[in-house]
Amino acid sequence: MGETHSLEDRFQAFVEAENKVEPKHWMPDGYRKTLVRQISQHAHSEVVGMLPEANWITRAPSLRAKLILLAKVQDEAGHGLYLYSAAETLGTSRDQMIDDLLSGKAKYSSIFNYPTLTWADMGAVGWLVDGAAIANQVMLCRTSYGPYSRAMVRICKEESFHQRQGYEIMMTLAKGSPEQKAMAQDALNRWWWPSVMMFGPSDDNSPNSTQSMKWRIKRKSNDELRQEYIDKTVAQAEFIGLSIPDPELKWNEETGHYDFGEIDWTEFFQVIAGNGPCNSERLAARQKAHNEGAWVRDAATAYAAKQSARQSNPSKQTHAA
Amino acid sequence: MTFQMKWDTCDPKTDYVLHLADDALILGQRLAEWCGHGPILEQDIALTNISLDLIGLARQYYQYAAELIGDGCTENDLAYHRDSRAFKNHLISEQPNGHWGDTLARQFYFDTFHFYQLEGLAQSSDERLRQIAAKAIKETSYHAQYSAEWIIRLGDGTEESHEKIDKSLKKLAPFAHEFFIESEVDTAAQALGVGPKVSDLCEIWTEKVNSILKMATLEPVDLGFPKKGGKAGLHSEHHGYLLAEMQSLARAHPGVTW
Repeated sequence: MGETHSLEDRFQAFVEAENKVEPKHWMPDGYRKTLVRQISQHAHSEVVGMLPEANWITRAPSLRAKLILLAKVQDEAGHGLYLYSAAETLGTSRDQMIDDLLSGKAKYSSIFNYPTLTWADMGAVGWLVDGAAIANQVMLCRTSYGPYSRAMVRICKEESFHQRQGYEIMMTLAKGSPEQKAMAQDALNRWWWPSVMMFGPSDDNSPNSTQSMKWRIKRKSNDELRQEYIDKTVAQAEFIGLSIPDPELKWNEETGHYDFGEIDWTEFFQVIAGNGPCNSERLAARQKAHNEGAWVRDAATAYAAKQSARQSNPSKQTHAA
Repeated sequence: MTFQMKWDTCDPKTDYVLHLADDALILGQRLAEWCGHGPILEQDIALTNISLDLIGLARQYYQYAAELIGDGCTENDLAYHRDSRAFKNHLISEQPNGHWGDTLARQFYFDTFHFYQLEGLAQSSDERLRQIAAKAIKETSYHAQYSAEWIIRLGDGTEESHEKIDKSLKKLAPFAHEFFIESEVDTAAQALGVGPKVSDLCEIWTEKVNSILKMATLEPVDLGFPKKGGKAGLHSEHHGYLLAEMQSLARAHPGVTW
């Protein structure tokens, strides 16, 4: 159909001219589907990502640390809300997206399937996981879909704050007692490679990337973002006296970047496939919260319906408001 | 190190400030357990807000208590290095979260009391407590509105929610009774003009609670035989576990900076 082609061509020209696509604009089905998948995955990652950090809220070692961590995890819930709203503008309901998460159909960032074993993990998650997320999210501030781009601008501001808080925890531990320093190094050892994997498969093994780049959903390739992240993070580790657990890591004068060791892609794909250390726990926690909250949501819905019925028919009001 | 002995205090004003601090921290800690597990994202965020307010309030009280104690004592010493018997929170604050109805019933009773308690503290002879109360009362009126709205929503929601919240409210009423029973801490604070006479708050509290329960199509509150002792450091078995979890990391590494 020539006309469809012409719409698609016009859409392509529109995004190439750096215009933002808005909910009411025509867009190719594939563009819509890709965005629903990506934005909802992103929203799920924020919500599931609350769990590994929430794991330490009740044990935070000072009142100040407890407040900072609690506020941070609360921010993640807020990010989940913005993102579900952004995805809803594409015509998929939040209930549907949540059902897909709980049934295991939708994915979330695999990094959250790793456990948080010590307090230093609160530092490592903030510094490395949020650091890697920011590299991706800064790029997404310029994504072609307007609502997603605007949500990202807001989220990036908070995430960079979180990253500084995480780095501050690592710095404090690295400067602290020998036990604290060992705790920090151990956390870096455990979180380094999973954080490097957060950018996804290498470019030659990432089938959806080309189309996403063409549509201006993505602006940089997985490998470009990964390299940026590593280049930036190595210096931060050196500054606080911690070592990156990669014997092959070394500065390459010629490229102006760090060379780094082989990524264990088997582990990456196994964790995505559900075989990571905490996949079942994370999903079970979300399912439990959802199932145990059902009667609460039902009550709120029932009450709201009664209220609106009372407002449209005040004579039947049953209680003194 | 004998933190416990070092910061035991015989000063009635300090004891009273610790009682206020402990309530805010212990309830804030309980609410923080919900973070990431709420029935819907918006409510997860809302409950976390209340937790943040309460822990923030606890810090103000602990910082003041630490100043009164002196000798290098800090807010974290008081939160992390005292044992259960030294804590003076009401028993209701330490009760487990249970389901959403249990948590909101506990919150509703507490918030309503907390509001009137802060009104009293706003008239305290102690300037610092007056300042803390003036700020906290604004937050607390939001908390009280939030928890009251949930009582109404659950009471007048579905049959299931009505039954559940009715049960939660009845189960927790004897704990709420403790608010109004004068302990040594209260009597001494009242004698100093530092805190309100808690037995006097029972009437206004009951009136307010019953007005909400009526809107919620629920029966009026019956405080029953009081479950008490928290203000004298006699807690439920839940308290030790709460502290064990909260204090474990800080106690494993005494004297370090976090």
